[in-house]
Amino acid sequence: MKYDREWDVIVVGAGPAGIKAGEELAKRGLKTLVIDRKQEIGAPKRCGEGLSMRWIKISGLEPEPIWARQYINGAILISPKGKKIVIDTDKLGKGSGYIIERKMFEKFLAANAIRAGAKFMLKANVYDLVMEDDYVKGVRVNYMGDDLELRAKIVVAADGVDSRIGRMAGLNTTLPLTEMDSGFQYEMAGVELLDPNKMELYFGNEVAPRGYVWVFPKGKDVANVGIGINGANEKTARYYLDKWIEENWDRFKNASVIEINAGGIPVTKPVDEFVGNGIMLTGDAARMVNPIHGGGMGTALEAAGMLADVAKEAIASGDVSKEKLKKFQDMWMEKHGEEFAKILKVRHFFERLNDEQLEAIADMALKGGLTPDVLVDLGHGKGLVEVAKALLKASPAAAKLVWEFIKG
Amino acid sequence: MAVRIDRDKCMYCGACTSVCPFLALELRETYVHVHEDKCKECGICVKACPVGAISLPRGDTQ
Ligand SMILES: Cc1cc2nc3c(=O)[nH]c(=O)nc-3n(C[C@H](O)[C@H](O)[C@H](O)COP(=O)(O)OP(=O)(O)OC[C@H]3O[C@@H](n4cnc5c(N)ncnc54)[C@H](O)[C@@H]3O)c2cc1C
Repeated sequence: MKYDREWDVIVVGAGPAGIKAGEELAKRGLKTLVIDRKQEIGAPKRCGEGLSMRWIKISGLEPEPIWARQYINGAILISPKGKKIVIDTDKLGKGSGYIIERKMFEKFLAANAIRAGAKFMLKANVYDLVMEDDYVKGVRVNYMGDDLELRAKIVVAADGVDSRIGRMAGLNTTLPLTEMDSGFQYEMAGVELLDPNKMELYFGNEVAPRGYVWVFPKGKDVANVGIGINGANEKTARYYLDKWIEENWDRFKNASVIEINAGGIPVTKPVDEFVGNGIMLTGDAARMVNPIHGGGMGTALEAAGMLADVAKEAIASGDVSKEKLKKFQDMWMEKHGEEFAKILKVRHFFERLNDEQLEAIADMALKGGLTPDVLVDLGHGKGLVEVAKALLKASPAAAKLVWEFIKG
Repeated sequence: MAVRIDRDKCMYCGACTSVCPFLALELRETYVHVHEDKCKECGICVKACPVGAISLPRGDTQ
């Protein structure tokens, strides 16, 4: 396949962030190339594949049968001792969504981007940036064994949690170990599900230290069974997931694996600088991930429109300086900055709870002291004061923790 | 010396490359390339790996 050497925008990374950015940029008349090192878009997936209706709508999409695998109308939260809190999101009128087939989803999005005019280059590893006068001017890429230099007015780094492209441009995207979740997952068939329309989330320091085990249904007996634990743990994510499956063997005795996935999930704050001269970071690369559950597809998709507006304006004005591009960061932070800071606080609070305190929260929820509404809102950074108050009532030992939280 | 990656275990998922403070690990399509000159054997990647595919030459994590 032949490729031009000069582009308006080169997007590094064809994940949700990069593909959607490619579409939005092309729609605005910019000559756009999306590059990925993988030979197939969407595979291997590094994802539990949960996507809420809110994000599907924000991205201007409707659930399509080829990628919307299973309708999800709630969650079952399971305490360390096995108490079940059922949340019905249809009843609440918020939080419903789908478990998607990510590979099909990404290919679907890529086809849309191509129809809008974007081009894709696969099996192409970007190993260096072209830098001139302190500006990013393009990329050096190995495309199926050949080294090429491609030039662009703006390079978009949508290279995922790795965020190496940003670091090459001098932006600080270092991810501390304690702010990354180490993830591991089996996609399995033959699983006995509690409810094929509910996500199951298991908590506890023995189950998943500072994280959770998830069972995301993809059909009546197919599911993503995965885990995310704090990166700094001595034992591996795989160890904890295998242990959990063994302890719940009854449900898995007739099941087996159809896919194995792993990955890192940034559960941290957005990077300090989204942009530099001639470069913009988006998606996981900019750490646009909801730090309470690690979902990052929705924000990655949503950011594309903002990014493309700013890129178009900058290119039209002939000024792609950091100052000019910073508008993208300002727009994103205006939308999510405060919310995500609060969500991170919720995470830090929950990370410090021991099993007894988690159990106390479950008891409160079961007795009606914490409504499903409040529990769902935690994912948006709201309701922490309610939880803290409930915990204080239920477990006086937690008083210190609550006090520290309120102070901080 | 540098960290060792067991290619039979490695899922080339990029958890290690994401936390390496020295850009010593680079994800390629189906493996992780170790830039041996950059690795300081700090052991951060050893903990980050979801499947325990990385070890230090000394055999411990610190
Ligand atoms: C185990 C696990 C479970 C998850 N579950 C969910 C979930 O249920 N719901 C949810 O919303 N999110 C989930 N996430 C997070 C979600 O997968 C990410 O937030 C999302 O993929 C981010 O999209 P992105 O486009 O920014 O990056 P990515 O999807 O990671 O895409 C980056 C792309 O860049 C390419 N690339 C990187 N560097 C280069 C280079 N130098 N040259 C060429 N190509 C390059 C990569 O090959 C990759 O295709 C999960 C993550 C993990 C690890």
